[in-house]
Amino acid sequence: MTVAPTAGADPSPAIEVEGLVKRYGGRAVVSGVSFSVRRGWIVAILGPNGAGKTTTVEILEGYRRPDAGLVRVLGEEPAGAGHEHRARVGLMLQGGGGVDPRATPREVVRLHAALRRPSPDADALIDRVGLSGVAGTAVRRLSGGERQRLALAVALVGDPELLILDEPTAGMDPAAKRETRALLADLRASGRTITLTTHDVADVAQLADRVLILHNGRIVADGSPTELAASADPATTRETIRLSRPLTDEELAGLDVWLTGHGVERRASTAASGAALEARYLELTGDLDVEGNA
Amino acid sequence: MTAPASAAAALRALVAMELRLSARRGEGLLVTLVIPAAVLVFFAGSGLLPAGIGGAGGPVHWLLPGAIALAVIASGLVSLGIATGYERANGVLKLLGAAPVSPGVVVLAKLAAVLVVELAQLALLVAVAWLVLDWRPPSGLAPGLVVAGLLLGTLAFAGLGLLIAGTLRAEATLAVSNGLFLGFLMLGGILLPVAHLAAPLDALARILPAAALSEVVRVGFGEPGDPSGALALLAVWGGGAAALAARTFRVE
Repeated sequence: MTVAPTAGADPSPAIEVEGLVKRYGGRAVVSGVSFSVRRGWIVAILGPNGAGKTTTVEILEGYRRPDAGLVRVLGEEPAGAGHEHRARVGLMLQGGGGVDPRATPREVVRLHAALRRPSPDADALIDRVGLSGVAGTAVRRLSGGERQRLALAVALVGDPELLILDEPTAGMDPAAKRETRALLADLRASGRTITLTTHDVADVAQLADRVLILHNGRIVADGSPTELAASADPATTRETIRLSRPLTDEELAGLDVWLTGHGVERRASTAASGAALEARYLELTGDLDVEGNA
Repeated sequence: MTAPASAAAALRALVAMELRLSARRGEGLLVTLVIPAAVLVFFAGSGLLPAGIGGAGGPVHWLLPGAIALAVIASGLVSLGIATGYERANGVLKLLGAAPVSPGVVVLAKLAAVLVVELAQLALLVAVAWLVLDWRPPSGLAPGLVVAGLLLGTLAFAGLGLLIAGTLRAEATLAVSNGLFLGFLMLGGILLPVAHLAAPLDALARILPAAALSEVVRVGFGEPGDPSGALALLAVWGGGAAALAARTFRVE
């Protein structure tokens, strides 16, 4: 499965994966995954927990070695790549991890900047992700969204060619999500390649040029968001919400009005209890990044 | 786009960060600075030590080298081990592992920061001994031997700290490091001569790095004796712990 390049972009792939296999304790968590990502695109990797996306991403990052298959990131095998390679790739760990809670954002970004030559402007990066107001605050006092933005700033240190981001907008408020998506779109426009994992449908819809869906260690869907939305499996763009109590018909009708007004469709409300059909689960499709309802 | 910084520049930045964060760890300051100084002052004036210990110079001549050894154990094993354990838990080492810097430089930065802290500990303990306990340098002071003991002791205890931090969870690292610190305090020839311990504890103490470090520092501070056996034992502990830590360390 190959992601096509934009016209005029460097045609050599940023990432090549062929027949990737990774086993833990004899159990294959990644089974023959193959894909190729050309430069200048944002590729989203989706899948439920245990699908193999984190393992795949950690192999791309060089943290794990594959048991079989070929992996090339910017032309090198990532697990054995040297410093020059690492300076070309920016990583963002899940949950904004990777920083000491006693350090401040300014110290963290300055440290990572000092590991590169010429040393990038740390304060400009902090400003770019909107953390100037808390640059001198201990990380442990930051909100989850602010930690995410700090992790993104660290990934951006040195203006790397390739960014590998693990759930970059998780935990952010709607405004921060919008700003982060705009920032990622700017990076794509400047020719950077981005691979991200996400559970957020809006990340995919608004950012991704291509989507890979992993399930049980295999790629089960590959295409643009539009192609996938139009394909036979609507589950890829559907969100199921469990309700804390059943809703009445009147409540459902009121909810439908509100959802429709925000571009969201309620496809089904399931779960039968006794003779009456009660709405215990809602299946929603559409722009699920509605503020206050995401 | 950028290239990797030089190893020296990376080392400087990492050491500075280590020291800055060390200064913010209140529990680390307690164990590295306060406890060794408190042990020195309390036991020097308590009358709890055996009569005649320290010779004509009094108990402070026995206790100061022991307190210095305790300070090395506190910095290398406890403070470094616990800090590294939590860095592992927080993904700090994982992210640094993907940065354009070699793991060797990261470890070197940690050891260099420990040595800087040890210099501060040494200055504090000597100042306390001098100003509070009327200690004066003995005639047989051998600074070279003291430095050799501190370097080998740092290797041994930092190696142990990294070995524990790199294999156990952060909470377990905290518990094991503090437990070992207490064990070394009691068995390490810091308060009492190893010969005063009951069998078989004395035999156990003689093969531990804490007693070897105490002995080397004590001879360096003018105590009569041959430090070669203790130096060799420290070197074995240092080499063994460092090699084992390098082999088993996991960054996450």
